Amino acid sequence: MKPTSLAVTDPRRERWAALGRRAAVRLGGGALVLWAVATLTFFAMRLMPGDPVLAILGGPSSNPTPEAIEAARIEYGLDKPVAVQYLLYLWRLLQGDLGVSYGQHLPVTRVLAEQGGATLQLTFAALLLAWLLVLLLTVVTAGRGRLVGGLASLAETFSASLPHFWLGVVLLAVFAFGLRWFPPAGSDGLASLVLPAFALAIPLAGFIAQVTRESLELTLEQPFVLTARTRGLSDLAVRFRHVLRHALLPGVSLSGWAIGALISGAVVCEVIFSRKGVGRQLYQAVQTQDMPLVIGISLVVAASYVLANILVDLLYQWIDPRQQEVTA
Amino acid sequence: MSDKTLIVEALQVAFAGVDVVRDLSFTLSPGRCVALVGESGSGKSVSARSLVGLAGSGAQVSARRLSFAGQDLLSLSERQWRAVRGKDIGFVLQDALVSLDPLRPVGKEILEVLQTHGYGDRHSRSARVHELLERVGVPDVALRARQRSGQLSGGLRQRALIASALALDPALVIADEPTTALDATVQAQILAVFREIKARGAALLIISHDLAVVAQLADEVVVLRHGEVVEQGPMQQVLRQPRHAYTQALLAAVPSAHPRGQRLSPERAVQPAIAAPRGPGEVLLAGRGLGKRYLGPDGLLRQVLEDVDFTLRAGQTLGIVGESGSGKTTVARIALGLLAPDQGEVLYRGQPWNGPGDAVSEARRRPLRGEISVIYQDPLGSFDPRWSVAQILDDALHVAGLDAAARPARIAVLLEQVRLPAALAQRRPLQLSGGQRQRVAIARAIASEPKLIICDEPVSALDVSVQAQVLDLLADLQEQLGLAYLFISHDLGVIRHVSDQVLVMRHGRVVEHAPVEQLFAHPAHEYTQRLLGAVPHLPGTGSELVVPPLDLEHEAFDLFDESRLWKIAI
Repeated sequence: MKPTSLAVTDPRRERWAALGRRAAVRLGGGALVLWAVATLTFFAMRLMPGDPVLAILGGPSSNPTPEAIEAARIEYGLDKPVAVQYLLYLWRLLQGDLGVSYGQHLPVTRVLAEQGGATLQLTFAALLLAWLLVLLLTVVTAGRGRLVGGLASLAETFSASLPHFWLGVVLLAVFAFGLRWFPPAGSDGLASLVLPAFALAIPLAGFIAQVTRESLELTLEQPFVLTARTRGLSDLAVRFRHVLRHALLPGVSLSGWAIGALISGAVVCEVIFSRKGVGRQLYQAVQTQDMPLVIGISLVVAASYVLANILVDLLYQWIDPRQQEVTA
Repeated sequence: MSDKTLIVEALQVAFAGVDVVRDLSFTLSPGRCVALVGESGSGKSVSARSLVGLAGSGAQVSARRLSFAGQDLLSLSERQWRAVRGKDIGFVLQDALVSLDPLRPVGKEILEVLQTHGYGDRHSRSARVHELLERVGVPDVALRARQRSGQLSGGLRQRALIASALALDPALVIADEPTTALDATVQAQILAVFREIKARGAALLIISHDLAVVAQLADEVVVLRHGEVVEQGPMQQVLRQPRHAYTQALLAAVPSAHPRGQRLSPERAVQPAIAAPRGPGEVLLAGRGLGKRYLGPDGLLRQVLEDVDFTLRAGQTLGIVGESGSGKTTVARIALGLLAPDQGEVLYRGQPWNGPGDAVSEARRRPLRGEISVIYQDPLGSFDPRWSVAQILDDALHVAGLDAAARPARIAVLLEQVRLPAALAQRRPLQLSGGQRQRVAIARAIASEPKLIICDEPVSALDVSVQAQVLDLLADLQEQLGLAYLFISHDLGVIRHVSDQVLVMRHGRVVEHAPVEQLFAHPAHEYTQRLLGAVPHLPGTGSELVVPPLDLEHEAFDLFDESRLWKIAI
């Protein structure tokens, strides 16, 4: 009763085909999520108090003439029924037109192009750094007796509980103002990336390390680890070649979620370290009711979150091919 | 390096100052086979692991002499050990599903040994992997080498595991329960592979609890109990004229060597109060034309059951025997009313009990649920680990509708019926031994005063002597309470011991249905004959006396095997 199809197809090609199918399905699902996000943001902004026309014409403090208000209302299509406005909005989105920022009077796509890179840089630097810390801390110390394990997991719990804003300020005080190793503010060059990346990475690393340590310790008890040792493999080779791959899975799942947490953390870090980035822009856009910019940023954040989760899902399948048999 | 003999003198292994192995001595020369025999906790596995320096962290290994090929093993540094492991000494563990890295293709696993010890270049290594797989009898090597252990059948992956241990033609091969968890026919094939290894001149050390397997391979047998050697000598002598009481008990506990009604374990605590009449009673449970199909992962429908009939009468035992994937667990789940068949129906005392779709509603079944109980292979998984034994039984009695006031007295009676001391009532499942847990599961099963118990591999995870006690308990309860059993097992010996009628299943069909004595004396179907023939025999017992593999699913892998069963079943 074994599936006979296995006997005739090449396992490796089969794997890639399954991975491709999975990616297509997930991309379709991702498009749906983006549509839902666009719709929700659109209506949420409608519900906000205040007249968008006033925001366009310079905020609540300005005092435009009724004619100017009427002209702007027609220019931005705000005189049409909400349903028409919504469809128009979707149509423009499909064409890649996110509108013009009310506050900055620049196309939203241009603002995003200028600011998005910095945020992406920060997020991915933080994620990479977090994983580096996790691997350094856990692979070497897991299953090494109670004292080492206890100290390491204490360090993990401690760092997982540090808030970004506090850590950011402490890092600034010590390494920027005290030791003067890194610049306190700005967004040019690697040196300015180090402190904000650490501020984001340390709590995340503590979090991922906790689950990774637990699954490392479970995996080290598995019979196949003993088999690998009976082949004459060294302890480190056993840990990196066999154990790690099994133990990565829970941490990889967490990383998909972590992308979201990192972006919201980036908002805080960008303000503290006066960096460029969509986090800071979002913060300001919400305050000035700059609707096109809020929608644009929300969509980009949602899109990167969706994309990151698709990547994590595919990575997961690639690490553990057994998943394909269950889900494909 | 001329004489590749393993010499073990007065080996002693201790953990935190407590000895787990004491004074173990034997000599193993090329082309010979020594077997270490014992039940779980006897120290046989840790002894084997000490021989490759992997007894575990915290283990203190000492010996008067421990040498292989003239090299003193005790003085080796970790680096020197690594040069020995895999090259001079190959090690095979049980159940390749978990003993090979489940995320890597088996070919890579074999390749790893070659790479670690710097064998040849890329091409010669790859050629060697194929050669090794062919040698242990794997077909389609180019394809199989690229599949993961989970994609191979039990027999093929065990062969791949053996191939990885043989990669560099080690002079000594240590096999720790190499055939445990394998079906009888596959077990026979794997034993043939080991005979071939021995014939090629390697020294073989077999660790097993299974005397029948040992009889197939060993020249010398060492029987261990609680870390001490109780008996040691040539295989024929130890198995034919066992001198020590423990060896005799191990041999006596083998169920198939004894006909129905004969006791396997020595003591008998309670005499039956009322002997319920045996012989054919009313028909309790009947299955008619049962069929079930599942959608496989490849999108193909697979027929896991086809046209299965069975009849179980009051006070009788119907045994269902088959290898993994034969559909026996699916029959159990349909009989329990947990799963609806696609075709056919199940009648309980003439009334509809289960049928396709919602033919019989759970609401209709519920009032009768108390009359049908179930016992699983792994009771631990079916207990709430935070509950004490008393709470577990109290809950079962509550469901059965007994007043809270009457329950403590009934719990005491139940514990007595399954011969557990009353003091155990306050313990939690994790604090009990495997045998005690299964007794609690039996007590819970009889709490609702059922007429019928469905037993799904109830003794497979137990050591031989514990298995014997549990089987005796089930027989006594049947006599006292007039119970009927639907008894599912892959173990022919157990089936022979407990059953009145036997159903042999293969690929979802019933291939033979006969009274137990007839089935074993004159198996009609070719598959039954093959199944009986594949079972290893003890020496000198003749072909009539069948000694089956015992304890096929080892305790350490209970949960794992259970999950596999469910995957097949769902």
